[in-house]
Amino acid sequence: MLTKRIIPCLDIKNGRTVKGINFVDLRDAGDPVELAEIYANEGADELVFLDITATEQRRKTLAELVMNVAEKVNIPFTVGGGISSVEDVEILLNSGADKVSINSSAVKNPQLINDLAARFGSQCVVVAIDAKQIDGEWVVHLVGGKVPTDIKLFDWAKEVEQRGAGEILFTSMDHDGTKNGFANKALAYLSELVNIPIIASGGAGNMQHFTNTFIEGKADAALAASVFHFKEIEIKDLKNELKKKGIAVRL
Amino acid sequence: MKIVIINYGAGNIQSIKFAIQRLGYEAILSNNEDEIRNADKVIFPGVGEASSAMKMLKSTGLDKVIPTLKQPVLGICLGMQLMCKYCEEGDTNGLNIFDVDVIKFNGNEKVPQIGWNQIENLKSDLFKGIKEKEYMYLVHSYYVPINNETIAVTNYGLKYASALREKNFYGVQFHPEKSSKAGAQILKNFLEL
Repeated sequence: MLTKRIIPCLDIKNGRTVKGINFVDLRDAGDPVELAEIYANEGADELVFLDITATEQRRKTLAELVMNVAEKVNIPFTVGGGISSVEDVEILLNSGADKVSINSSAVKNPQLINDLAARFGSQCVVVAIDAKQIDGEWVVHLVGGKVPTDIKLFDWAKEVEQRGAGEILFTSMDHDGTKNGFANKALAYLSELVNIPIIASGGAGNMQHFTNTFIEGKADAALAASVFHFKEIEIKDLKNELKKKGIAVRL
Repeated sequence: MKIVIINYGAGNIQSIKFAIQRLGYEAILSNNEDEIRNADKVIFPGVGEASSAMKMLKSTGLDKVIPTLKQPVLGICLGMQLMCKYCEEGDTNGLNIFDVDVIKFNGNEKVPQIGWNQIENLKSDLFKGIKEKEYMYLVHSYYVPINNETIAVTNYGLKYASALREKNFYGVQFHPEKSSKAGAQILKNFLEL
């Protein structure tokens, strides 16, 4: 049986992890490769690296990081942040990334999804969607959720699927950072609407939230950052708990 | 030991090279016929779309070479699919090593299948030390129906062949290079066949 996936997300700036990370056993708290190895050993199913570097060297630094991760880590990983062209993706995949995630660049140039799917296959194209509810409607936002568009979440999700996305990573800006749980109603609707896997993101605070997003939210995978980085939730404990609740996980 | 990963432009080759490196071996990337024929083990990777991958393979002339190889050959993911008779994806004729057609998932499950699923009914030295129902990482939209070359089965809405063997040719639908310790063991088993 296909299992539900647990995906820690690492924010990267200039090749280093950004957010404070509370791992006593880390020799170098800013080293993404070391952290990635720990997560892989603890039972993470996949990893996401989100690059927020804004310098001109970003392409080169990111490619080097991807190469270093691929050398050490034996589970799949996705790289996102600032990817806007077929060339960007080619460099990352050749360096050893399994998938890339595109967000604002897909909204600005939806044809990019078609181009990437045709060139590299849908399986490596994750479209990340940040959305927030405005007057009862889920509205797609850009620039890390700061800038609203006039695009509706569900229309956009359908469109990215048709254009060849292999997965959707949906972050609810209303839930992100609250630690009050995932946006399960919207997630469940999304999951019925499209026939590609949905990764839930934003709102993880405790283990029950993960159970809920897999059952009520019908998510195929759940992504979180701080609960893992600060060891509020251990991945092993989480998976044992999910199994107890009857959810298929890889143990 | 000389290990060659066939480099024809379609595949996450770097990851396989690194996975082999983690096992203490070195692999070279090559599309040179002599180099491939002289290797002890050959890995035939592949990700992406079948017809364009086959086109790239043909442009190297290796479509004629691979079926005649005598040493152990391991096709991974799309590599395995291209070793079959025919792929529905892009209406593509394969290398006809495995006597079976590759068809699209067409049930209620989401497509592509992405993630960790179990392999069972394991029937080969390739799976030495691997327990039944071990988890492997898979990403694919097309599948191989169970035939008499099947050496592992996976269930995704229906039971299908997640590994095949015909003489010296092996194929796995999953990604051993991305499947944690168990995946590494399968790669090691192949290298030590």
